[in-house]
Amino acid sequence: MKKFDYDVIVVGAGPAGSTAARYAAAGGAKVLMLEKDRDVGYPVRCGEAVSHEGVSQFITPDPKWIASTVTKFRLVAPNGNSVIPNLDGGGYVLERRIFDYELAKIAADAGAEVITKAYVYDLLRENDAVVGVKVLIKDQKTEIRAKVVIAADGVESRVGKWAGMDTTCHIKDMESCAQMTLSGIDVEEDVLDFYFGDSISPGGYLWVFPKGKSTANVGLGLSVDAAKKKSAIRFLHEFVERKYPKAAMLTHIAGGVPCAKTNPEIVKGNVILVGDAAHQVNPVSGGGIISGMIGGMIGGQVAAEAIQSGELKFLCEYEKRWHKRLGWRHDVFYNIKNAISRFDDSTLNNICDSALELPVEKRTLGAIFRAALWNQPSMIIDVAKVFVS
Amino acid sequence: MSQSHLMIHIVPGKCDYCGCCVGVCPEDAIELMESKIAIIEERCTNCRKCVWACPWEVIEFHREGVTELPKHTPQMLNEPVKFQ
Ligand SMILES: Cc1cc2nc3c(=O)[nH]c(=O)nc-3n(C[C@H](O)[C@H](O)[C@H](O)COP(=O)(O)OP(=O)(O)OC[C@H]3O[C@@H](n4cnc5c(N)ncnc54)[C@H](O)[C@@H]3O)c2cc1C
Ligand code: SF4
Ligand code: SF4
Repeated sequence: MKKFDYDVIVVGAGPAGSTAARYAAAGGAKVLMLEKDRDVGYPVRCGEAVSHEGVSQFITPDPKWIASTVTKFRLVAPNGNSVIPNLDGGGYVLERRIFDYELAKIAADAGAEVITKAYVYDLLRENDAVVGVKVLIKDQKTEIRAKVVIAADGVESRVGKWAGMDTTCHIKDMESCAQMTLSGIDVEEDVLDFYFGDSISPGGYLWVFPKGKSTANVGLGLSVDAAKKKSAIRFLHEFVERKYPKAAMLTHIAGGVPCAKTNPEIVKGNVILVGDAAHQVNPVSGGGIISGMIGGMIGGQVAAEAIQSGELKFLCEYEKRWHKRLGWRHDVFYNIKNAISRFDDSTLNNICDSALELPVEKRTLGAIFRAALWNQPSMIIDVAKVFVS
Repeated sequence: MSQSHLMIHIVPGKCDYCGCCVGVCPEDAIELMESKIAIIEERCTNCRKCVWACPWEVIEFHREGVTELPKHTPQMLNEPVKFQ
């Protein structure tokens, strides 16, 4: 049998891929990470909000990749009323082009090799087993052999399919997104804004996440089912024209977020999926940076342990550890998402009004959830599971 | 099952290469690179999921087929300037 070039190949250098590469390398594996784009971290297709607690498990918060430090949420109901719950522990709006870059550097410091402009176009097989990847590096086709392939190739993931896992996201669970970074606008630097309503983003929400004093990521996501009638970009243009007609547009992107339960299969043979590729996104918020990094960490650790022990069967452990750590919560969040997305405008207005009746210090997200429950009693059991854990 | 008559058209030059369409395609029929995108004709079943998914309305459905539609953007939008 031919020699392997690497123990682990990671496809995709987003937060999930870089974290997988970091932990696999730290566990003693010889790691190569391949990224199709010319830059790690760019283009940014993200609202860039993370919690302090989430991000500091992996990296000490550093001003060079923090655009704003946030302490509050503002939830704006369809009728314009709003409530501002506190954000427990605070959070950040990142500069992901620097953040993602930093994560890749940490992986490199742990010993991982990284190549950009390297597009993986197929898996390499030998006697039905995956033995590496086929990759186009600049315009040169190359085959690279590895014992384990970690697919961290994001929402556009195809590697899992090539390995025989069905990773297609159901259209009702895929959020079709558009975002602009607007400058020269009035923003509160420490507040994350969320707008709800059928005329704004039916079944989803619109966000205004501050990046310093006069700049913000303004974007929205709605289920592809809802987008059949009207696309994300149309909703976004309408909002921006109404609210920020004079703003300078610094970036303008499209995107997709798989707001589903974890993919039914995330390990097959010696291929494992992490991050968006595995649908490891919080289905309520659509946040996938931290949860993807957690998936990446577990995937990288398990891959390194499997390599060290010489037992590739051990990779199944990844699925167990992921579900124990976060997957089970995402299942619960998924049910909550389905309940919330059915709320009509008047229900949302009522929830906001009942939250406003609470004394200011009691306006927490939990309390607003409880107010929402009065409108949707079947959610009680699901929510109880989340808060009891 | 794929059909021989492709009805899905990616309007040249309009795509942002975000991957939302790839994520919903049940047939693995879209190839997406850093700044290239194409439908893999043999696999596409004309199910339209990518059309609905695209946030920027880049993908169109044409019942009559897409063979006549342009696959590439014109090389230049302006006539080259001629100097005396
Ligand atoms: C509009 C929008 C707003 C969002 N807002 C937030 C937010 O505020 N907070 C939050 O936590 N999350 C947010 N998310 C989700 C978050 O961006 C993702 O969950 C996160 O980026 C997932 O990380 P990842 O590493 O799995 O994938 P990605 O970051 O998508 O990285 C995948 C990488 O793989 C590369 N790749 C793909 N295919 C190949 C291939 N064949 N060969 C080589 N490389 C390949 C890609 O180029 C890419 O760099 C948002 C998403 C969108 C679209
Ligand atoms: S029409 Fe359906 S099968 Fe064809 S590319 Fe679009 S999503 Fe894939
Ligand atoms: S969803 Fe639209 S913008 Fe995004 S890659 Fe597909 S065609 Fe391009």
